[in-house]
Amino acid sequence: MKKVEAIIREEKLRAVIGGLEENGYFGLTITEVSGRGRQKGLTLQGRAREYKVDLLPKVKVEVVVMDSDVPLIINTIARLSRTGEIGDGKIFIIPVEDAVRIRTGEVGVNTI
Amino acid sequence: MINTGDTAWLLISAAMVMFMTPGLALFYGGMVRRKNLLSTIMMSFVCLGLVTVLWMTYGYSIGFAPSTSGFFGGLGFVALRGVGQEPSAVYASTTPHLAFMVFQGMFAIITVALFTGAVVERIKFSALLLFAALWLTFIYSPVAHWVWGEGGWLLEFGALDFAGGAVVHINAGFTALALVLLLGKRKGFPAEAMLPNSIPLVVIGTAILWFGWFGFNAGSALGSNGLAASAFTATHLSAATAAVTWMFLSWRHNRPTVLGTATGAVAGLVAITPAAGFVPPIAAIPIGIGVSVIGFYSMLLLKERLGFDDSLDVFAVHGMGGIFGALATGIFASTAVNPAGADGLMYAGFGLFFKQAVSVLAVGAFAFFGSLVLGKLVDMTVGLRVGSVEETVGLDLSQHAERAYGGSIR
Repeated sequence: MKKVEAIIREEKLRAVIGGLEENGYFGLTITEVSGRGRQKGLTLQGRAREYKVDLLPKVKVEVVVMDSDVPLIINTIARLSRTGEIGDGKIFIIPVEDAVRIRTGEVGVNTI
Repeated sequence: MINTGDTAWLLISAAMVMFMTPGLALFYGGMVRRKNLLSTIMMSFVCLGLVTVLWMTYGYSIGFAPSTSGFFGGLGFVALRGVGQEPSAVYASTTPHLAFMVFQGMFAIITVALFTGAVVERIKFSALLLFAALWLTFIYSPVAHWVWGEGGWLLEFGALDFAGGAVVHINAGFTALALVLLLGKRKGFPAEAMLPNSIPLVVIGTAILWFGWFGFNAGSALGSNGLAASAFTATHLSAATAAVTWMFLSWRHNRPTVLGTATGAVAGLVAITPAAGFVPPIAAIPIGIGVSVIGFYSMLLLKERLGFDDSLDVFAVHGMGGIFGALATGIFASTAVNPAGADGLMYAGFGLFFKQAVSVLAVGAFAFFGSLVLGKLVDMTVGLRVGSVEETVGLDLSQHAERAYGGSIR
């Protein structure tokens, strides 16, 4: 199992959730986050001078997937959240040791 | 001759109408995405400043100084010359002329604020300011003169508009439509969900509007009298009926939404505005039902079928609601309620209904084409729309360098 952690644009969330569902992943966790990338936020042109917007609001999507599905899920998320402009976000892949479904006590891949 | 009761009521009414504009700011502010909350509030709030200054320097004169043409008031009242503590000979003759002037000024403010709901989340703030100033000068003030000014052509013609169905709502509604055509859709519309950031804000805003509307409509009786009480009652009944009607319509399509119920209340207030002091209060029930049905379905048609991104449905609520209210006045008006009015379809022939239809067409067409021209002018000079990145980041940060909510992040 791997945890796919994607930081994406707020307005792309619906499309990404839809894409995950199409691939059979219904369970996920969403967090509203703030952050910045390599460009250290955005520089906008004011009337007299430039000003910086340091931390921009994003959405973090966390979904645990089977190892064999990792490339598929990465492609799905990237395709559905890309605009080509600065600020499209990032995807991180993290190994997951084990998982437990609290209600039944099931463990392992059956829980996802 | 000054009447103290009338003066007290008119001044209080003016203050109540003033309060509607920040109410509208919350009503609209709650409906946009969080990144545009402040900018949306600002578009209404700034009108309290900008429009007041223009109104008192020359707007009131264009609107209300006597004219011979019937289209523009003269320059007689520029810089409030001749507008003092003594009553005017023709307007609200039992109160100080200044009280009438300031009451009318509050109407001008909120009318400008009303059409901003169509252009939020994408218009450049500087463009909005410039457009607002031009619009007050070339559209609002003349239309106010046509309908209410001494010598105005629609007034002479016999069209009835008690508190601003044509001057305020049809005017703002058609302006909204013109600006939507010029500006285009918001980035991502309609594929991305653009959900309200705070429906409680919308409800607080609605409550403030509803409260202020008693000053708007009952205050337009320009006296502390039976007519004011009649208009007050009609206003409340129409808002109540339309709120319930819209609630049932939204229920039929899904669930009884809070947003829909609040929108219905505002639609009911819009429709009763031209009629409040001319129709028997009980006529507010058919008016309230009618406006919600018309408003609800024109909203679905415009936004979902035709793909017009009138962001906060200004045309559906104020344009269509204003048209319906003006025509309904031509149906339900009765001289038994207001001897200064006329008898509508229910009591006489088609005469008044025809006059109401003419006023709808005249004001609607003038506002629409006039706004297209002014909007185009602004587009060619300062540019109407923000850049793509600025729109994505949100207008709060890109136009005002502020966020609605504090804290170190978000």
